[in-house]
Amino acid sequence: MSSSTIYALSTVYGKSGVAVIRISGEEVLNIISQMTNINIATIKQRHAYFTDIKKKNTQELLDKALVIYFKAPSSFTGEDIAEIQCHGSKAVLSSILNALSEFDNVRLAEPGEFSKRSFYNQKMDLTEAEGLADLIDAETSMQQKYALQQMEGNLRNLYTSWREELVKVLTYLEAFIDFPEEDIPENLSEDILNTVFKVRKDIAKHLQKNNVNERLRNGFRIVIAGETNAGKSSLINALVKRNAVIVSDIAGTTRDAIDINLDMGGYPVIITDTAGIRETENPIERQGIEIAKEKISEADIVIALYDASTNKNSEFKALKDFHGKVFYVANKIDKVSQENQNNIDAKKHIKISAKYNQGIDFLTTAIIETIKDNFSLSSNCLITRIRYRDALEECLKNLEIFNLDKEIELAAEDIRLACRAIGKITGSVEVNEILNNIFGNFCIGK
Amino acid sequence: MNKYDVLVIGGGHAGCEACAAAARIGAKTALITHKISTIGEMSCNPAIGGLGKGHLVREIDALDGVMGRVIDKAGIQFRLLNSSKGPAVRGPRAQADRELYKKFMQEALREQKNLDIIEGNVEHLIIENGVIKGIKLDNEKCFYAKSVVLTTGTFLNGIMFTGHQASVGGRVNDVSCKGITAYLKSAGLKVGRLKTGTPARLDGNTINWKILDTQEGDKYPTPFSFLTEHLDQPQIKCYITATNEKTHQIIRNNFSKCALFSGLITGIGPRYCPSIEDKLVKFADRASHQIFLEPEGYNTNIVYPNGISTSLPTDVQEEFIHTIKGLEDVKITRYAYAIEYDYVDPFELNHCLKVKKVDGLYLAGQINGTTGYEEAGAQGIVAGINAALYALERNEEFIIDRSEGYIGVMIDDLITKGVDEPYRMFTSRSEYRLYLRADNADLRLTEKGYNIGCVGENRYSVFKQKKAELERFMKYAKEQYIQSKDIDSYKLPIKKEGGKKTIFNLLGCDDDSRETINALFPEFKSVSKDVYEQICIEAKYAGYMKRQNSDIELFKKDEGIKIKKDIDYTKIGGLSREMVSKLDKVRPETIGEASRISGVTPAAIMAILGYMKNN
Repeated sequence: MSSSTIYALSTVYGKSGVAVIRISGEEVLNIISQMTNINIATIKQRHAYFTDIKKKNTQELLDKALVIYFKAPSSFTGEDIAEIQCHGSKAVLSSILNALSEFDNVRLAEPGEFSKRSFYNQKMDLTEAEGLADLIDAETSMQQKYALQQMEGNLRNLYTSWREELVKVLTYLEAFIDFPEEDIPENLSEDILNTVFKVRKDIAKHLQKNNVNERLRNGFRIVIAGETNAGKSSLINALVKRNAVIVSDIAGTTRDAIDINLDMGGYPVIITDTAGIRETENPIERQGIEIAKEKISEADIVIALYDASTNKNSEFKALKDFHGKVFYVANKIDKVSQENQNNIDAKKHIKISAKYNQGIDFLTTAIIETIKDNFSLSSNCLITRIRYRDALEECLKNLEIFNLDKEIELAAEDIRLACRAIGKITGSVEVNEILNNIFGNFCIGK
Repeated sequence: MNKYDVLVIGGGHAGCEACAAAARIGAKTALITHKISTIGEMSCNPAIGGLGKGHLVREIDALDGVMGRVIDKAGIQFRLLNSSKGPAVRGPRAQADRELYKKFMQEALREQKNLDIIEGNVEHLIIENGVIKGIKLDNEKCFYAKSVVLTTGTFLNGIMFTGHQASVGGRVNDVSCKGITAYLKSAGLKVGRLKTGTPARLDGNTINWKILDTQEGDKYPTPFSFLTEHLDQPQIKCYITATNEKTHQIIRNNFSKCALFSGLITGIGPRYCPSIEDKLVKFADRASHQIFLEPEGYNTNIVYPNGISTSLPTDVQEEFIHTIKGLEDVKITRYAYAIEYDYVDPFELNHCLKVKKVDGLYLAGQINGTTGYEEAGAQGIVAGINAALYALERNEEFIIDRSEGYIGVMIDDLITKGVDEPYRMFTSRSEYRLYLRADNADLRLTEKGYNIGCVGENRYSVFKQKKAELERFMKYAKEQYIQSKDIDSYKLPIKKEGGKKTIFNLLGCDDDSRETINALFPEFKSVSKDVYEQICIEAKYAGYMKRQNSDIELFKKDEGIKIKKDIDYTKIGGLSREMVSKLDKVRPETIGEASRISGVTPAAIMAILGYMKNN
């Protein structure tokens, strides 16, 4: 049984044109055969091949690059290694790294894992690698910098909430296994299945949504939500500076969601105008509201718009399950007295008048900053995101095979592995945490 | 004669395994206990095994230890816990006849070659320049040895509490041991206090059995020992009752009288074995708590009420026990008490259970912060083997790692994480639970034990035979293909897609298909029941084992890299001060061990590796 094949970007991301991606492990030749034009039957080691880099299966061309193969054990790690010297652009790097992650038993290297492998295989003389610990330390602290504590609140809450749900499930399963003689309720299986199913669905959706490549290709989704007649369409008009949607004073004019493509600060953005969310008997309008809720769930950013003049500060119940960035925007500020304007908390709310183009620049800048923070592809962020993605995919894989028809220790094993995977992002799940939960929730001790 | 290779101090469950193991290795061993007649005493509940614990007993037995064989002879009700769940989480448990258990344990030790049993109160340790030389009794008599195993249990400065009344002693009617702690402290060891408790004992002749529910043992009892072919003792019944509102009211009215709540006891007790007053506080909304009434043996009327341990005063015990169904007129033969005792911070130990600061000194059992007979016995066997190897200058260590057994999980947990309550084994503690099963303890450990010399020829030959049969039929099962037409005609629960299917594949989905397999492959008829079950279990877990095996392989690599004992962490660049102090406290012996200390990062591990290579 061999360990996984690992890959990593081994150059520091910068302005230079060339980046090196290193792959180590038993799958190297398989990867070369599926992602390049090189014939692995005749491949020469330590020879630079100029070749296409293609996506597995679809054969979509990703880049033209130099590929060098080092045969085990004559390599840095002592395993088969391939080095891909490709163009350094973020789009290329991200697509190649993603293409690699599609292979079975191939994953992004842990910090320091290349060095550790060479150490195991007695390849690396650590005396030569002066400052190696510093290097790895830097790598790890970089990772820590982007680890959960520093992560944007919404995402952190989301991942933590999944972890908590899974820990709850694991607590019950472990209690059921380890304390068969005790008073553990036996009728929780439906709760467990529902919880796991929900987390599974959420993660799958999240993975689909947070695909950076997809966003770069197709645009970041901004949804404008709010009460009917809050001025959503006027805001869009102000944002795109052209009349793209009908604007009227009759509440409920915009019934369907309408997508507008535009460019904000160099990023492709899709702005969606939604039907006003209010209780209504009109079936067409109600359908529009359903569409609005659906659109919100797919959004990266939501602009929660309300009419500052009527001060109908709607509660935005539809945002309860939304974990992306929300901007609360007070519109029609021109109709509000200065005194009342001062009552609006400027830290939490952005004051605008869509009609008179007030505050629109400020809002635009805030949106662009958010996109940059969350979706820019600096190398650290890229790697961090791929790491999250790997962890979540691993988690999902285990949740997908989970059910309660199999032996309970196998079901528990699925959840344990799922917890371990998500623990790579959120901090690991320790046995003591599970035991504490068991003793806290169930009366153990006959 | 006062010179030995190994001295074992204490005749509890840790001491029994330790002295027997040291003697099996071939060391001239003496067990010194304050009272020979209480060797093998079950001080608390009269039962062995359970989840995780049963696994430990199987592992002790796989190493040719005594506990499994003794409980098989003394067991009066056998139950395989979790029998409705999968094989990895099934745990054998048996209630014992307390007197028979002691009798057979003492017999086993008397028959053990190389072992003397000595009665005496050890009050002094002879330690010179960080090396143990022997011990001294309270009557000034000295015994010398190259290594000493301390298994003092609850006896080290034991204080018993019944209500606000405290009395000195290690067990009811037994003295405590006062002197040893001072020697441990002056050797630089960190010592703390822990507590545990035991319920009252009842006179079975005064219990109204007729109105109580019963709990029967298994129809086909499962023995603990791999050598036991059948169990001879007749099986008895247990009974079930419960506390009620009235009981709870009485206890609540007297909370202020408990030693626990009044602050008299400072040691921390086990949360999985809470006293009844604890349960009432933590689960205030529950109207009732179950009590199991477990007879202590064939020839005694004493009954152990499992579930109502307490530190309440005797008059309150009388009052609340009599509110319980079936116990209205019961006579209490002995009152419940809580007991507080000294333990040594297990960070002081290495994987051999040797005290890092004193050469030749080994600790096992409750002194290391654990609870339970099985946990004690399991440590005893490891400490005994290592004490013998050290005394005989064999220049070897016997270490069971986390991937080899629950014994390894326990010791590793103790020495890398420490304890904040008495440590008990649970299957959830093991990351390799599907592999560390009660059924394959022999396959995991017997060979290893034989190689070090603690497994006798008799057991080894039984084992070898089983192993050869298993290997032969495992190979057979994986190589014999089932014809597609047979899958149809026998309606086998196996998919035809995805390549040809073997017997092994079939057993993975259906372990009841033995008849069919016998019909299709007559050669398979001769497989013994044990081996057949092994193959079924392996087949059932095959998909998961692949992943677990690769995890184990990675784990083993880090475990294999030793850290020098005198490494100076302050000299390693890139380690934070906090990291240095953590590493210094635990002083891990391998890279794997270091990586399990909480807060030690991959970067720190690489820094240590780099430093080691340089120096």
